[in-house]
Amino acid sequence: MAEYHLNAPLSDGDARKLRAGDVVYLTGIIYTARDAAHKRLIDLLDAGKELPFPLKGAVIYYVGPAPAPEGRPIGSAGPTTSYRMDSYAPRLHSLGAKASIGKGKRDEAVKQALKDHGGVYFGATGGAGALISMRIEAARVVAFDDLGTEAIRELKVKEFPLLVINDACGGDLYVQPDLKAVGLE
Amino acid sequence: MRTLNTERIVDAVAAMCVHANRYLPEDVQKSFAHCAAGESGAAAKEIFRQLTENYKLAAESGLPLCQDTGLAVFFVEMGQDLRLEGLNIRDAINAGVRKGYEEGKLRKSVCDPFSRANTKDNTPAVIHFDVVPGDGLKIAFMAKGGGSENMSRVTMLVPAQGWEGIKKFVLQRVAEAGPNPCPPTVIGVGIGGTFDYAPILAKKALMRKLGDSNPDPKLDAMEKELLAEINKLGIGPMGLGGTTTSLDVKIAVSPCHIASLPLAVNVQCHSTRHEEVEL
Repeated sequence: MAEYHLNAPLSDGDARKLRAGDVVYLTGIIYTARDAAHKRLIDLLDAGKELPFPLKGAVIYYVGPAPAPEGRPIGSAGPTTSYRMDSYAPRLHSLGAKASIGKGKRDEAVKQALKDHGGVYFGATGGAGALISMRIEAARVVAFDDLGTEAIRELKVKEFPLLVINDACGGDLYVQPDLKAVGLE
Repeated sequence: MRTLNTERIVDAVAAMCVHANRYLPEDVQKSFAHCAAGESGAAAKEIFRQLTENYKLAAESGLPLCQDTGLAVFFVEMGQDLRLEGLNIRDAINAGVRKGYEEGKLRKSVCDPFSRANTKDNTPAVIHFDVVPGDGLKIAFMAKGGGSENMSRVTMLVPAQGWEGIKKFVLQRVAEAGPNPCPPTVIGVGIGGTFDYAPILAKKALMRKLGDSNPDPKLDAMEKELLAEINKLGIGPMGLGGTTTSLDVKIAVSPCHIASLPLAVNVQCHSTRHEEVEL
């Protein structure tokens, strides 16, 4: 398991070299989007319209941040559970998005999309929102301001700590529950 | 007959919402330290290290522990000899939520189920009322995160399934939830009552302190048995493997219909935020 310091947007080469279990410190520009924003992105695509941020190499962070206190660019900003975005993610990967950041399991379609398009799924530590927010240097809303916390924000991150959960080769870091140990299998 | 002005409810609720979201309860801190010491894997130890750093930072900085500052859930025990003056008690609690979430820079996470339009002030809260003897007023608050709530389930077992059936359902639920609800979790189990009452029992059970003992020795043994079984699953902190899949199990029971065995499993993330106040 390797440690990398990478830039976002993520290059195809960087995304493809990562393996489940690698630790990545990401620096650069990433975009936030969760449930409601994803629905709107897909609606825009269906209508043949342009998206509010460039998908090429995009790293999409599944987060709805807490409001920024005085003197900080953003409030607590840890990951939300990713499976709710599973129905949207493959399409975004097919159009150039390279990575998503969240927590929890992805479905087979997302894992396949990572293989097909050279993508990666990063885990961030759920419930460590205060700590994670310290790696965010700037934040601005770029679309859907009416959604409040669910608006799309451009984040400038520095050495943002991530763990590769699913890679472009089918690797999966999550532990399978030991059903035998409790007599369920 | 005691009289209480509801302004005090508004202020007390607002203060609880802010405080609970910034300061991890001491029992949860202790549970982290105890469980971290039992972990041998690097990933599990690292997660506990981050969570510990996170709660210290939250307390110092005033940032909430987690960006999901929850849907506000309350358990209210109101003495039947207490008279309130001012607002309707439901309005007073919601006014407190509105105030606390705004002033504390907490996230507003409540929306219309169809349009998904955010209500922008984190109301309405979910409030469970109980009328009790005396003239007291106890308000317990929980900031309930959506990720763990989504992993919760209710089912109607048949009486023949008994304790073995209950254990099996809970274990399957925890196994299936895997890394999704931010383990290490706390598992609230409600057994009995009706289809609607079992989940309320489960949620109320989550208000107990971690590491306490169930006053009923039989239930206490069941909680310990279930916790040991859950932690054999090996899911571990954040699903990265380890001996701490759950920090604790809390069981609450109520008599049920002769035909039924209602069961609810309410999953709570490690950011177990709850407080109570007596007015």
